[in-house]
Amino acid sequence: MSKPTTYAQALNTALRDALTQDESVLVFGEDVGALGGVFRITDGLTRDFGEDRCFDTPLAEAGIAGFAVGLCTQGFRPVIEMQFDAFGYPAFEQVVSHVAKMRNRTQGRMPMPMVIRYPYAGGIGGVEHHCDSSEGYYVHTPGLHVVSPSTPADAYSLLREAIASDDPVVFMEPKSLYWSKAELDLPVTTEPFGKAAVRREGSDVTIITYGPQVPNALKAAEIAAAEEDWSVEVVDLRTLVPFDDETVAASVRRTGRAVVLAEAQGFAGMGAEIAARVTERCFHSLAAPVLRVSGLDMPYPPPILEHTYLPGVDRILDTIARLQWDDEPDLTHAGSDTRAVSA
Amino acid sequence: MSDISTLLPCPEPVRFLAPDGTRAEMSTETAAALEARGYTMPSDEDLLAVWRGMVIGRRFDAQATALTKQGRLAVYPSSRGQDACQVAPMLALAEQDWVFPTYRDSMALVSRGIDPVEVLTLLRGDWHCGYDPVATRTAAQCTPLATQAVHAAGAGDGLRRKGSDGIVLCLIGDGATSEGDFHEGLNFAAVFHSPVVYLVQNNKYAISVPLAKQTKAPALAYKGIGYGVRSEQVDGNDPAAVLAVMRAAYQHARSGGGPVLVEAHTYRMEAHTNADDATRYRTPAEVDEWTGQDPLVRLQAYLVGQGVLDDARMEEVRQEAEDFAAALRERMNAEPQVDPMSLFEHVYAEPTPQLREQREMVRAEIAGAAGAAHPVPAQDPKQEATR
Ligand SMILES: Cc1ncc(C[n+]2csc(CCOP(=O)(O)OP(=O)(O)O)c2C)c(N)n1
Repeated sequence: MSKPTTYAQALNTALRDALTQDESVLVFGEDVGALGGVFRITDGLTRDFGEDRCFDTPLAEAGIAGFAVGLCTQGFRPVIEMQFDAFGYPAFEQVVSHVAKMRNRTQGRMPMPMVIRYPYAGGIGGVEHHCDSSEGYYVHTPGLHVVSPSTPADAYSLLREAIASDDPVVFMEPKSLYWSKAELDLPVTTEPFGKAAVRREGSDVTIITYGPQVPNALKAAEIAAAEEDWSVEVVDLRTLVPFDDETVAASVRRTGRAVVLAEAQGFAGMGAEIAARVTERCFHSLAAPVLRVSGLDMPYPPPILEHTYLPGVDRILDTIARLQWDDEPDLTHAGSDTRAVSA
Repeated sequence: MSDISTLLPCPEPVRFLAPDGTRAEMSTETAAALEARGYTMPSDEDLLAVWRGMVIGRRFDAQATALTKQGRLAVYPSSRGQDACQVAPMLALAEQDWVFPTYRDSMALVSRGIDPVEVLTLLRGDWHCGYDPVATRTAAQCTPLATQAVHAAGAGDGLRRKGSDGIVLCLIGDGATSEGDFHEGLNFAAVFHSPVVYLVQNNKYAISVPLAKQTKAPALAYKGIGYGVRSEQVDGNDPAAVLAVMRAAYQHARSGGGPVLVEAHTYRMEAHTNADDATRYRTPAEVDEWTGQDPLVRLQAYLVGQGVLDDARMEEVRQEAEDFAAALRERMNAEPQVDPMSLFEHVYAEPTPQLREQREMVRAEIAGAAGAAHPVPAQDPKQEATR
């Protein structure tokens, strides 16, 4: 029977089910034991599975990631928690130089079947170093899968798939969604890695987004429909690596216009990659340039100013507005001389 | 090669005052050993200054905690119980010395004389660092753990290169000693002979993780030895001992002796922050046991016993602390005013063209003319010129 389940509970259940079904799964990190993690994602796991399966480590992220590398060499499947996005940086060397490259370096002989869980992004009033959107660093590193679910069902299903994966998965959990709920019957299996989801159908504009910004995209789409009669399609990527070119391109070819929405600072980020891919695949269908909505190009600001920084519904609507015009799009100009869209 | 005996900490934490405020008993050997290391019981006058600092510091801490309950502060990591470590080391610093603190060291910064509202800016959420780190010679409070340990080593080297006789005090928690940066910091400080004193406030927990799960070292103080750093351990709830040991450590660093690592054994009486549930990982009995070790009660009892502190003086300082808290409360009750445009001022000395565009976008949004100037590629040079 379905019952209201939070995103956090879905993750907790996924960890439980994985620990139950596979002896080689180990959960560790800072404060994941007695405390159950600062966001309680590992709540009760030590109690129920013992200190051997879910345990606190010394306070050292490079140590946690490197220890997990060692465990992988012995056939274990570590699921490690980095307490907050920015506290994963001490482990960066281990993640980019070893976790990501080990399969390649060893000609496939030493895979790294680990999951690195990161609570990431902002919108929760956290003090500095607690709200970074660090996915850009990881998507730029070949060898890593990068996943960012936006619904409780995906949180469960993608985490199970991540743990079962024979490759390392950077699992980015939007903090602002931990308390979001859905009617759910666990266990649940949603679409696999590499499949985007069309969360809302539309015919005029496609918003391509993921993780913490999915709810904002849906809200903007709703307002656009109600107030302006614009039909906005929302595509939730779910996994950034692998990237679902097919679903994204099919949608943009249908609508002819695309907005890429990501919470991270925009410059050279995931949004730039998406915009480039869309342009490459859909150039002849585009009636306007692909526009990006993102965080500002600055360090994540203090809590009082985070709403100025974050891409909100208004900024999304505003961007959509600049893709609209009454006349038939003049495709002869698109891409080279784009005066048409700036009018 | 330094002789290891010059690096080894005392076998037991240095203590001058027993928990009840009487002089701690010690053998004549121990007394001689402490003397040899330059640890001498501070004067009553010095201890009165530390006591006053602790009364005000603790009142500040209580006020900050209360401000979280009223929603005025987003979060506050209390240092109640660690008052001796927060206050005494600050009072013993010289004007030209620098401090590299963490998020927990708000009481210390107030003791250093920094405006309490500026100290709380980080925790209220107006800006990441509210005080001027250069003017106050106090680095921005570090949230990523142990990163300041390496900064402190470099700052110490910088002071030395400039010919200053200033030293650096680096404050760090017990959990953070597991981070690689702590070890790199100690090693750099040792190799470059930086005048840095690392004070580890071992308050027994890193959020929920007890020291026993953090390290197998018999004491954190031993971590200095492998790097060739002189090391010591002190009863962190004994203000007299903390003052004596820190003074000697400063003296060692200032006179060119190189870095020192001091481990202070203390206890965090409150939860990690107001957002933490400490009942999940520690027992009330344990907390009670430490309540009996209270550094403020201890020092006050000693000073009263010495006959240098009486009811009138206590009342006077109590009132001073109340006034301090009232003034802080009042200033914190005013709504913080932060201009969103200030976001753009501090990313680079000169904003990039992209940031300038984003600044115009935000300015337009704030003016209610959203959409007028979006950070879209400037497409028409003529239009760009007329902006
Ligand atoms: C690199 C890094 N990892 C994790 C955290 C999250 N975190 C904040 S405080 C804390 C515990 C620190 O314990 P300790 O060093 O003993 O200092 P205390 O808080 O007890 O003063 C943790 C894990 C962090 N701030 N930085």
